[in-house]
Amino acid sequence: MDRIAIIGVGQTPYERNKEDTFDELVFEAATKALADAGGEIGDIDNIITVSNDFWDGRTISSMAIQDAAGCQGKDISTVEGDGTFGILYGMMRVLSGSYDTTLVVSHMKGSESVMNLITNAMFDPIYQRGLGIDATSSAALQARCYMEMSGATEEDFARVSVKNHKNAFNNPNAQLPLDITVDDVMKSKKLADPLKLLDCSPVSDGGAAVILANEKGRKRFKKDPVWISGVGHLSDSYTLGYRDLARSRALTGAAEKAYRMAGIKKPLKEIDVAEIYDAYSYMELMWYEGLGFAPEGKGAELIRSGDTGPGGALPVNPSGGVLSAHPVMVAGMARVIEAVLQLRGEAENRQIAKAKTALAHGINGPCGQAHCVYILGV
Amino acid sequence: MAHWLEETENMVYAGRIKVPYRWYVGEVGSRFLTTLRNKKEIWGTRCSRCKRVYIPPAKNCGECFSLTDEWVQVKNTGTLQSFTVVRYSHDMQPRSVPFAYGLIKLDGADGSLLHFIGDTDLDALQVGMRVEAVFADEREGSILDIRHFRPVGGGDSNG
Amino acid sequence: MGKRVAIVGFGQTYQRSSRRDVNGVEIINEAVRACLADADLTIDDIDAIVIGNMDHFEGINYVDCWSVEGSGGVMKPIFKVTTGGTTGTTVAMCGYYHVASGMFDRVLAIGWEKNSESDTTGAIITAFHPVWERPNIGGAIAGLAVDASLYMSMYNVTERDGARVAARERLHALNNPYAHLHQEWMRGLDVEKIVELLVTSEQNPVIAYPLRMSDMCPRTDGAAAVVFASEDVAEKISSTPAWVVSTHNRHEHTYLGDLEWNRNETIRLAAKAVFDEVGIKEPLKEIDVCELYLPYSYAGLKWIEDIGFCEYGEGPKLLWDGVTDMDGELPINPSGGVMSSNPIGATGLIRVGEAAWQIMRRSGDRQVQKDVNFALSHGFGGCNWADFMLLGKEKPS
Repeated sequence: MDRIAIIGVGQTPYERNKEDTFDELVFEAATKALADAGGEIGDIDNIITVSNDFWDGRTISSMAIQDAAGCQGKDISTVEGDGTFGILYGMMRVLSGSYDTTLVVSHMKGSESVMNLITNAMFDPIYQRGLGIDATSSAALQARCYMEMSGATEEDFARVSVKNHKNAFNNPNAQLPLDITVDDVMKSKKLADPLKLLDCSPVSDGGAAVILANEKGRKRFKKDPVWISGVGHLSDSYTLGYRDLARSRALTGAAEKAYRMAGIKKPLKEIDVAEIYDAYSYMELMWYEGLGFAPEGKGAELIRSGDTGPGGALPVNPSGGVLSAHPVMVAGMARVIEAVLQLRGEAENRQIAKAKTALAHGINGPCGQAHCVYILGV
Repeated sequence: MAHWLEETENMVYAGRIKVPYRWYVGEVGSRFLTTLRNKKEIWGTRCSRCKRVYIPPAKNCGECFSLTDEWVQVKNTGTLQSFTVVRYSHDMQPRSVPFAYGLIKLDGADGSLLHFIGDTDLDALQVGMRVEAVFADEREGSILDIRHFRPVGGGDSNG
Repeated sequence: MGKRVAIVGFGQTYQRSSRRDVNGVEIINEAVRACLADADLTIDDIDAIVIGNMDHFEGINYVDCWSVEGSGGVMKPIFKVTTGGTTGTTVAMCGYYHVASGMFDRVLAIGWEKNSESDTTGAIITAFHPVWERPNIGGAIAGLAVDASLYMSMYNVTERDGARVAARERLHALNNPYAHLHQEWMRGLDVEKIVELLVTSEQNPVIAYPLRMSDMCPRTDGAAAVVFASEDVAEKISSTPAWVVSTHNRHEHTYLGDLEWNRNETIRLAAKAVFDEVGIKEPLKEIDVCELYLPYSYAGLKWIEDIGFCEYGEGPKLLWDGVTDMDGELPINPSGGVMSSNPIGATGLIRVGEAAWQIMRRSGDRQVQKDVNFALSHGFGGCNWADFMLLGKEKPS
């Protein structure tokens, strides 16, 4: 595979109740990415936007923002799913040989919609939606399955929340830097047992953009490239109850593909920093196992030992992760961006020293049905 | 002079989308739902290749991609694989909080069925509990023709 | 460098106003099975899947997740693309890029819609801005009526000219067992007679001037799937693969009021991008058959001018001279087109599949008789998206 670089990145600050409109968020993210890369919209050969009609409250959500992404005179398309999948399509467009650069930009405003109703709408309308199931209650069911399988406790989940909210202090874009203890999490408002308020990600608004380039295209820009050395994506089955919710075989499959492409055999050793999609605290432990950082059922050992803390063997989510900011569609792209900043040495107070190989991960669908995994390197 | 943005009132327009839907259940789903309604029985489809029994029924098996051409009755009893007690409200919930969801592996089915757990102390739910379906008195051919699942042997058995 | 890509299989359901016997997942599964059968492949041969539809027509969020058991996506790489009316062609383009990238060899592209499950106009209205446009807008028909009126006044085009397009589409559909509308009463009638009946019949009144029901496309339930394969495997799968020669799209504006209403600029620019890339200078001569996304009759006059098949204002002449009929120099929509069948998320993909089958000579009663070297497929969407995919019989060099 030709080498594809991420040559520019841009993020808006992630907050609740932003006053910007969707197109303003897209424009902000896109212009930041261009400025970061040291280029202009004319250097972009084609565009992929990422958005969701339900979250935006309009059919053809992308129609409303494509001009803010610079679509005049260019081929443009839209992925409806997490930003990591948008980046993947942007990569394919360059690898095809038709384009040398792609701008990928995502946006979302959680505060302009009702999260419970919109996530309820992702469940099957005939058998499940009418029960009122939504992202948080389904996550709670998955958390319980995982606890049964692994012996992980609510305190283990709380440790993830404590770590990530604390990490967020070092991330100027993060919405929720919090100095909390395991006890604070355990005492926080119960939402759907075993999940409490501090086990869940917030409602967020924001936008993000990346610029992808091949060897030829990156010469238009001034920034040093970060290279995508491996990528994999895979989906599990859908109807809640059909699959084993305690295990993420789709993540394992996606990771295996990415590792194989990148030549990674021992992820815990060879990866220096990871940004993964912790929409809920327990998910981070499940993803440790799916990614092969820990054997099946042993994810909690990593959080207990501090191995995934900022000073540990494999720091996970030094940015604060999705628990600290969750603009859906955008959050996976933000993980990739954070990984890029780490590898460039631009992660400031959250910089993991000497990071050379990073992993970024995004999910799509209920209870992490589909996964996309990137390995990045310098 | 102040920047015009600072002097501008930030307006918010509250809107709603009203698009009514009718989802066709399909023949397979219709048979499942009408059997719930008419007979208070739970039937699933079985994959001809891997023999997985699907509740709710699927016309084709997702794992093998083969058509499921057999109908199999499963019991109205099962084992609780997971549960949660929901304590926050939103408009799509047909019950008031606190209420409980469960994933119930019915005897004879593979995978589990999402439904309510009721008629019991919600704080005493445990994975592994044996539960049974309680049917609604008024049934119309929907998943709510099963009112909820309750621990086996609790109250008046309805199934 | 990327891979060359060909279409090696196409499947579609029989399109109907409502398929009550199946739910959405099942209709997708039917199209996938038909497509795999056409290509003589199994789902295990498929390396990745891309799917699309317009969310608000079925009210399902994360359709790629929801349909995964029917699409064959369990434990496969899959994601969703969606761009309104052009979703079907967007899905095709995405399938193409999956393979052209070299990352996957055999990719399944799926488009579908069950328009019977919703209020189509209600859903379409949500495509427009909630504050500036929605309070005033009248769904898709209003915009198209304005478009038609302007074109008629600029070039002295009449209602009979519009009806001539409708007659062609619906006559062609009689040869297509998959199409939704089969207007049997037209069979055997002279085309002038059909036009006369369409514009004078009391049963066909004007609904929004100049548009009558006969000028409009139906709402349809249907699904389609296409397999894109890389040059490394395409010729082993099919003896007559349809090669993707060029594909481009354009979308310029968010607000209806910003559009250039005189001409359809996005069609002109997207077509130009394809023709320039390939070196096509006389499209009417060099292209053998087209499947164009014409959602209403006047588009069949105006847009063929924007594409460059003739000069501005000459569209009607092309129609009345029979150039676009089955035995003409450039048959348009042998399938009957969107005016005969419109499951929106699939419609653009059906254009691509029908164009591919023309090259593969699998089109049965609607097969164009002459040699087909180049087939042009096109997708159109609200606020003027235009997608083109040019397919060729010869492997591109």
